[in-house]
Amino acid sequence: MIPIARNSALRAVRSQFHPSRTFNQPTPSALARLLSTLAVLEQRDGKLQSSSLSAIAAAQKLGGSVTAFVAGSGVKGTAAAEAAKIKGLDKVVAVDSDAYEKGLPENYAPLLVENIKRGEFSHVIAGHSAFGKGLLPRVAALLDVQQISDITAIEGEDTFVRPIYAGNAILTVQSSDPIKVITVRGTAFQDVETEGGSAEIVEGVDPKSPAQTEWVSEELAKSERPDLATASRVVSGGRGLKSKEEFDRVMVPLADALGAAIGASRAAVDSGFADNSLQVGQTGKNVAPQLYLCAGISGAIQHLAGMKDSKVIAAINKDADAPIFQVADVGLVGDLFEKVPELTEKLKSQA
Amino acid sequence: MSGLRILVPVKRVIDYAIKPRINKTQTGVETAGVKHSLNPFDELSIEEAVRLRERKGPLKVENILALSAGGAKCADTLRTAMAMGADRAFHVEVADSNDGGLEPLTVAKMLQAVVKQENINLVLLGKQAIDGDQGQTGQMLAGLLGWPQATQASKVEIKDEQGTVEVTHEVDGGVETLRAKLPLVITTDLRLNEPRYASLPNIMKAKKKPLEKKKLADFGVEDQRRLKTIKVTEPPARQGGGKVEDVDGLIGKLKELGAL
Repeated sequence: MIPIARNSALRAVRSQFHPSRTFNQPTPSALARLLSTLAVLEQRDGKLQSSSLSAIAAAQKLGGSVTAFVAGSGVKGTAAAEAAKIKGLDKVVAVDSDAYEKGLPENYAPLLVENIKRGEFSHVIAGHSAFGKGLLPRVAALLDVQQISDITAIEGEDTFVRPIYAGNAILTVQSSDPIKVITVRGTAFQDVETEGGSAEIVEGVDPKSPAQTEWVSEELAKSERPDLATASRVVSGGRGLKSKEEFDRVMVPLADALGAAIGASRAAVDSGFADNSLQVGQTGKNVAPQLYLCAGISGAIQHLAGMKDSKVIAAINKDADAPIFQVADVGLVGDLFEKVPELTEKLKSQA
Repeated sequence: MSGLRILVPVKRVIDYAIKPRINKTQTGVETAGVKHSLNPFDELSIEEAVRLRERKGPLKVENILALSAGGAKCADTLRTAMAMGADRAFHVEVADSNDGGLEPLTVAKMLQAVVKQENINLVLLGKQAIDGDQGQTGQMLAGLLGWPQATQASKVEIKDEQGTVEVTHEVDGGVETLRAKLPLVITTDLRLNEPRYASLPNIMKAKKKPLEKKKLADFGVEDQRRLKTIKVTEPPARQGGGKVEDVDGLIGKLKELGAL
């Protein structure tokens, strides 16, 4: 068995470099001992973003040691310290530098590559957020490996499950690359204990690659509501709402009554009823809340791709033949302009 | 900067409105006899290239090269691209397969060679192909070339003759604006533009535009697979739970299901 011989040789070499490793890692199998994963954390103004937690959750599911990586302005005192408290992390590699604050892939990718090489990681994982999507393929190309995007399950150290064709097919794929570069779907990897850990924060290497792009400005939709991607309840509106005014008049009170995040179909976004960042679907966000309540949405494939993993789906639509009713656990045929306000009132009076 | 030499890679995929069927051996999706079209995000990138020419900005568009890798029918896809306004096309012949075709890393390496051979300074790609849903090729290409990248663009502006480009792109929760210098890789998102229909006269004209057949070897690339398909299966089916008569019924059912 040549692979085993090679593995054990590698382990022998590694344990010379890191003599402490074998002691502080009581892992069940020899295989798991070889796994060492770098979870790439996303931070904004020093705060960890939810994609960071899903990267860690997936890394922990793989088994083996988990190291977290974070870079940005003064992150050692903020995001890295926050990460160090997460249970189950070996250590947190941090690079304090304003150059990485905006997470621009042009200089962040070489930074990550240097730290991956130094840490001899077998797996590199980030959330499939705008940050992860922009950065990780660039990292994979620099490492000459084929990335695996948006995975929803882990079947083994080299075998992963991911949806293709807008979630209409599920692909199980095995990678032969020496380093597995992976992005993970946030709704599929949760449950991270954010307290109780005490990982050491160590200094990362900083190759100081030049930034080729300049960050000019940003415009983010402000919202007091729960984050759409991670909310436990989502109410979502479609083309049936007719206008932005009606969308706000009908959907916002319902969201308030339920303490839910607001989503929208692509049709509603394209017609200007709702902001693009609220779009649920293949080309928008994937959500998997406890309750997904939608009104005026027909249920096109592209929309279903983004919400069909919801625990309970409820739909209000005036067209009794709308495809949404084929997936909805509970459907109500009727005019949403009557039914939604009535529902809102009844929910309020019960609360 | 003399002008823009644009490369627009396009992919032929199963039409977005068609629900794909898994084949019996669970190795892929049925592609025979299924309607295919130009990947919707690639339509946006052709449209943007053509608009850059029409806008007459500070940099003139010298040439728009469309490229596709795949079976014989990719030639139709490339004719569509030329009917929309691309000047010429490369068809890289790769045997048809039902697993989504070449891996993104292979495509990126091929495009890297094309960029060098054809002296390209702007590559416009779709943000993802709707078959594999990987969303990697543009970023990989930018990494291999060492060029700046702007992904999921919703607005592209050429600012000056020195090739400064401002790109507004979609991020989680809003948009962000970046500034970079050519050469540059941009991937397109849905809000960027509304692609035009190819008019009949333009479809006829496109038949006369040059379409060169190429091989992967012309670009020093092999169809190497790093990922092996173990199986392709149907997603777990959701069972519709039926309908209720009124709002009280809805609330009752939601309570029963534990959602309220």
